[in-house]
Amino acid sequence: MKNKSENTRRSFLAKGLAAAFLASACNTKSNPFQPEDSVEPSGEKVRLLSVDGEIIEVDKAFLKPVPELPKISNESERIGIPDKKLVMVIDLSRCKNLKKCQEACNHMHHVHPGQSWIKVYGMKDADHTAPYWQPTTCMHCDEPPCVKVCPVDATFKRQDGAVLIDSDRCIGCRFCMAACPYSTRVFNWEEPLIPLEIAKQEYHCETSVPQKKGTVGKCDFCPDMVRQGELPHCVSACPNGVFFFGDMYEDSVTNGAETFRFTELIRDKAGYRLMEDLGTKPSVYYLPPVNRNFPYETGLKNEPDPTEASNHH
Amino acid sequence: MNITSNIKREKIVQELSPKTFSKIGVYWVIALSIVCLIGLFAYIRQLNKGLVVTNMGDYVSWGIYISNFVFFVAISLVGSLITAIFRLANIEWSKPLTRIAEIIAVSAIFLASLIIIVDMGRPERLLNLALHPRLQSPIMWDVVVIGTYLIISVLLLYFPMIPDLKLLSKANTAVRRTWPQGIYKFLSSFWTGSSEQRKNNGHSITILSILIIPVAFCIHTVTSWLFATTYRPGWDSTNFGAYFVSGAFLVGAGGVVIAMYVIRRAYQLEHYITEAHFDRMGKAVVLLCFLYLYFNINEYLVPAFKMKKPEEAHLTQLFAGSFAPMFWFAVIVGMLVPILILINKWGRSPGWAFAASIMVVIGAWFKRYLIVTPTLLHPLLPMRDVPERFKHYFPSWEEWAIAMGSLAGAMLIITLFVRFFPIIPIQETITGHDEEEEKLI
Ligand code: SF4
Repeated sequence: MKNKSENTRRSFLAKGLAAAFLASACNTKSNPFQPEDSVEPSGEKVRLLSVDGEIIEVDKAFLKPVPELPKISNESERIGIPDKKLVMVIDLSRCKNLKKCQEACNHMHHVHPGQSWIKVYGMKDADHTAPYWQPTTCMHCDEPPCVKVCPVDATFKRQDGAVLIDSDRCIGCRFCMAACPYSTRVFNWEEPLIPLEIAKQEYHCETSVPQKKGTVGKCDFCPDMVRQGELPHCVSACPNGVFFFGDMYEDSVTNGAETFRFTELIRDKAGYRLMEDLGTKPSVYYLPPVNRNFPYETGLKNEPDPTEASNHH
Repeated sequence: MNITSNIKREKIVQELSPKTFSKIGVYWVIALSIVCLIGLFAYIRQLNKGLVVTNMGDYVSWGIYISNFVFFVAISLVGSLITAIFRLANIEWSKPLTRIAEIIAVSAIFLASLIIIVDMGRPERLLNLALHPRLQSPIMWDVVVIGTYLIISVLLLYFPMIPDLKLLSKANTAVRRTWPQGIYKFLSSFWTGSSEQRKNNGHSITILSILIIPVAFCIHTVTSWLFATTYRPGWDSTNFGAYFVSGAFLVGAGGVVIAMYVIRRAYQLEHYITEAHFDRMGKAVVLLCFLYLYFNINEYLVPAFKMKKPEEAHLTQLFAGSFAPMFWFAVIVGMLVPILILINKWGRSPGWAFAASIMVVIGAWFKRYLIVTPTLLHPLLPMRDVPERFKHYFPSWEEWAIAMGSLAGAMLIITLFVRFFPIIPIQETITGHDEEEEKLI
């Protein structure tokens, strides 16, 4: 199993070198190494510096524009987006364990296979209470226990409320994982399985890409999307509109289709936060699973082992 | 000084000088080196592949490395107990044991520092601790106090040894000329033995002995805070500092008894490490056993009385679940049986005390494992959406190899020290004898 993945990586490398001049860091879903046969050579050549430092000539028609890269410095990534206080509301009455949020998140952040930043729990609080599905992201606490314990400031809290990770600085001590009561952090135990072109990119705290071996990773609230005026991947991926995202200062949250006043929504629907008693002050709020759109059981389809889901407390 | 005391002096120097190993000693060193090398090999694998060679996962994110680290920090505390506390309390009988205790402390704290680097996902970024330090992190406190403790311990090993080194370097007829003599010479080159130097040295040792006590309490208290500052059931305890420190004194004292026994046998030091020493150390161990038992009762019985929801799964697994055999082993073999043995006069004879101390130390090693791992298997939210193998933990062969390699490494350091340096303070023994004689006259 391990051998196989190494092999594919090696052949990846070979292909990657061959196509290095084309491998402008891009985010397209199609295979970037496949020469597009629809492109007609224009005859006009351009000189380029390859990643190996060689000067090479390429037909202009083969060049693709480099998609927008975050050009924010590490310093400003550590400060955050000015005049915003990011907040999320998760409506438990709408969740049916579709895990589209998880899929989108893992895909967009190139999370190592098997691991997930978003987890969807099948919860059952007590013997006679009803079970429900509970997606969790990072809580982006205002009193983040993980930030308190990090010895090198690799995990930090920003002005806009996001708790981010600098994977270029993390020493991999995993104290933050022990400290997080929500078990939200995952660790890159091995070289994460990432397409070469992504792995080559420079790491940015706001995109959390690429994940690096020996460092921690977790949900980042997608501040890169926020900067572009878009919603985090989980929010836009959920067909049931479970996730609302917004800005506390504007007092509004939206799932793309509906927009609410944050304070009203939380007041009217009796919103709450997880483990309030710990004093971590999460930025993620939950709306209780009442008047549910789907019965709990519909979500069991998506369970690898349906018996397991309702077993815990 | 009269002739008889001169002869006596010669005899002491001869008996206490480091000696070459017997066959068993050589095999012992070879065996330890092999275990170390296997550990090194495993670590190279880990460096290449990443921590994936371990069986840790996103839930059990700290495993045997960390419990081994805690074990090393614990056992290193003994240096301060015997060297500093006993010295300051003017306890005469412990004098021949001080160096044994101190070398255990130095080697253990050194290996603790190594093993914590082994646990890091990015060991090459170690310097980030100096480049981007954040003082509010308990890890930072640990780095500071462990570093300080290591330095003070080395000095506390070295300073009292200077006169001995001088003695040995002076190609005494009794000492065979061997290569370490150059080292003795170098390390004691400035020592003239003048009364002023002796006074200064005595002062420095006293100051270090005082300094090391708070630092020693710190290293283990701060190590306990790596756990106690989190919210997890089993770690979220205000008892942790005292619980760790008392356990540390216990395992350290046990370690000293083991070393005493082995060194005494190997070097025929029955005149210097006497039955009375075992008797007294045995009493110390039994006292510390009771103390540790007391903190254990606090640590487990109080939460068990309440059985708060998050604690329940954790405690049940310890008391009656999959960790129960290990848990009761640590309690019974690590504390109760040693108490039952050592509380008797016969139990404090060298052989029995040795056996009881081995139980204490092995029990203590498993105890550290029990402190680290089971808690991580009971997160506050249930385990979810991870690969199946992350839901349980048993160390991989690489982890075992590295952990055992580190234990062997510590023993190797102690063994080599005993081989090349006087393990019983020579000068102090001579002075002690002279004083005794003067008293007699
Ligand atoms: S694992 Fe990385 S982010 Fe977490 S506490 Fe250690 S250095 Fe900080």
